[in-house]
Amino acid sequence: MRHTSTFERVLRGTAITLVILFFMFPIFWIFLMSFQTNETILRVPPSVVFQPTFSNYAALITGKLETAAGSLEINFMRNLWNSLFLSTASVAVGLLLGIPAAYAFGRLKFRGSEDIAFTLLSFRFAPPLLVLLPLTIYFQKLGLADTYFGLIWVYQLIVLPLILWIVRGYFEDIPADIEYAYRIAGHSWFATFRKVALPLAGPGIAAAGLLAFIFAWNNFIFALVLASADKQPVTVGALAFVTASGIQYGQVAAGIVLSILPTFALALYAQRYLVEGLSLGAVKG
Amino acid sequence: MSLKLTDIVKRFKTDTVLDGVSLEVADDETLVLFGPSGAGKTVLLRLIAGVFDPDEGTIVIDGYDMAGVEPEDRGIGMAFQNFALFPHMDAHANIAAPLTARRDTTTAIKTRVEEVAKLLKIDHVLDHKPKELSNGQKQRTALGRALAGEPSILLLDDPLRNVDAKLRFEMRLELPRLLREQRTTVIYVTQDYKEAMALGDRIAVLDHHGISQVGTPEEIYLTPRTTNIARLFGDPAINLLDVTPERGESGVHALLSGAQVPLDPGYSGLIGRDCILGVRPEAISFVDADAPGAFEVEIEAETPLNEKTVTLAATRRHREILISRPGGTPGPDHGTAHVAIDTGAVLLFDRATGARLERQPAQQVSQGESA
Repeated sequence: MRHTSTFERVLRGTAITLVILFFMFPIFWIFLMSFQTNETILRVPPSVVFQPTFSNYAALITGKLETAAGSLEINFMRNLWNSLFLSTASVAVGLLLGIPAAYAFGRLKFRGSEDIAFTLLSFRFAPPLLVLLPLTIYFQKLGLADTYFGLIWVYQLIVLPLILWIVRGYFEDIPADIEYAYRIAGHSWFATFRKVALPLAGPGIAAAGLLAFIFAWNNFIFALVLASADKQPVTVGALAFVTASGIQYGQVAAGIVLSILPTFALALYAQRYLVEGLSLGAVKG
Repeated sequence: MSLKLTDIVKRFKTDTVLDGVSLEVADDETLVLFGPSGAGKTVLLRLIAGVFDPDEGTIVIDGYDMAGVEPEDRGIGMAFQNFALFPHMDAHANIAAPLTARRDTTTAIKTRVEEVAKLLKIDHVLDHKPKELSNGQKQRTALGRALAGEPSILLLDDPLRNVDAKLRFEMRLELPRLLREQRTTVIYVTQDYKEAMALGDRIAVLDHHGISQVGTPEEIYLTPRTTNIARLFGDPAINLLDVTPERGESGVHALLSGAQVPLDPGYSGLIGRDCILGVRPEAISFVDADAPGAFEVEIEAETPLNEKTVTLAATRRHREILISRPGGTPGPDHGTAHVAIDTGAVLLFDRATGARLERQPAQQVSQGESA
């Protein structure tokens, strides 16, 4: 066994602390900010000692934003619901379409399969702005602009390639013999897909679904252009806090805390699947 | 059920794995498919199972052409070399797989699985997942899964390859009884000639993309068609020595260590031809220097293997030969000794092609000589 000196251990501890601080401090600071008024947030020098207030959360939940220029209607809870609905529906559609496609790309080598799979992945290379203008025009012509249906469709650009490529890798890692064995035992290919391939790729599907959910949740530009106020998710809705009379830092912070909660909870819950999925020890019989 | 393969060709991209394989297996017969690794044994099994399709040729099971018939409709049971157990199901569910496909009732499935498990002595681990099973238990579970559906054809792909030596030995004794009880057609793939000899009603040797010999274990062992097959069967391996049969005062002989070693008179047609003499180590014995056909060897090493003792010796021209004698019998272990070959056990092969040369019946030879 390798000997670790005290110096090394101290160095490692410091490095880990720095990394954790770097990533966690903003979240921590935002969390503190969400319980402060604009005055305490903006005081110099900043301090962690303050009188906590729930006014920010109250404003968000009731939808009444009090500013120096008067009362303002905001629809943050509606945005939150939109985010939840759009992301969930997009991931659901993405999984429904992506898993069978991933299985086909992983198991059946047909003419052009690699090209098609790569084309689907290339959707992720193009900057969204590139497709947004023509897309907006199409959507207006087709009557898809400002509909949940249209948004979920566009969100497939984000979630589908992700799900397809991750899940495909998991299907490819399942030894083909296991599936052959199930078919020789007398089961149809569809039963084999359902009873063998799907459960064995389960952790991968969970991981892909979670990642796709986070990507969909964090999307900003598609919703900004293609949706009006009542269909907008939190990422766009947070813009409302930038008002004519200044930026409402407290409410922005509270909004951020509320909007990261669902993904945070989901990630915590799915963590064990992620770890299981990434180690993939289950498949090796 | 009977199985008939005709002119099977299988290519993977430009690589021809099987080239014109024809084979017939009778009802209830156990045929061992024997060959070195990479010979295409597993591919042939998969063609029969239907997970690959042949590029050419036909597969007929019980009179029905299997072209276009899906694996699930062929009535086949198969045990894979790597077991291929379903990792997310316990042993019970693994063995039950062929039964759930037929939608048997839960109680019928349970009864059958327990019956098979008992037969294979794994009834105490039925609730274990594959990763909790030992290698031997995995192997038995895989075998149980293949047997559970009472398939008309059972394909066993080197099932003893990945288990330890002790278990392999036990299973080699147990399997023939087990397979006989199943009353089913079995194709058993192996690279182990002992397994092949122990289990097969017949053995098909798959070599160089084709079947090079089909026969009973005795036929393959005693009259291999080529030097290659002769070399694959037997441990220690057969001795192969370049000789040119000559005519002597007492018939045909070959020269070894300068001594005339008599050959069967049936080989007199081969006089002067470049041959390879093949003789099994157990057909050579130590004799006195003045015994008929004795020739001199220098002993190089001796390996006692309990049931037999194998001696490595060299002729005067430093050609190495192996001599095997039953364990416990006395024999020289160093220096110079004399050995003789059992004339009846000598095989001759053509040196250029490696093909075995037939002995002519004795009277034909005498007629030839009198003419």
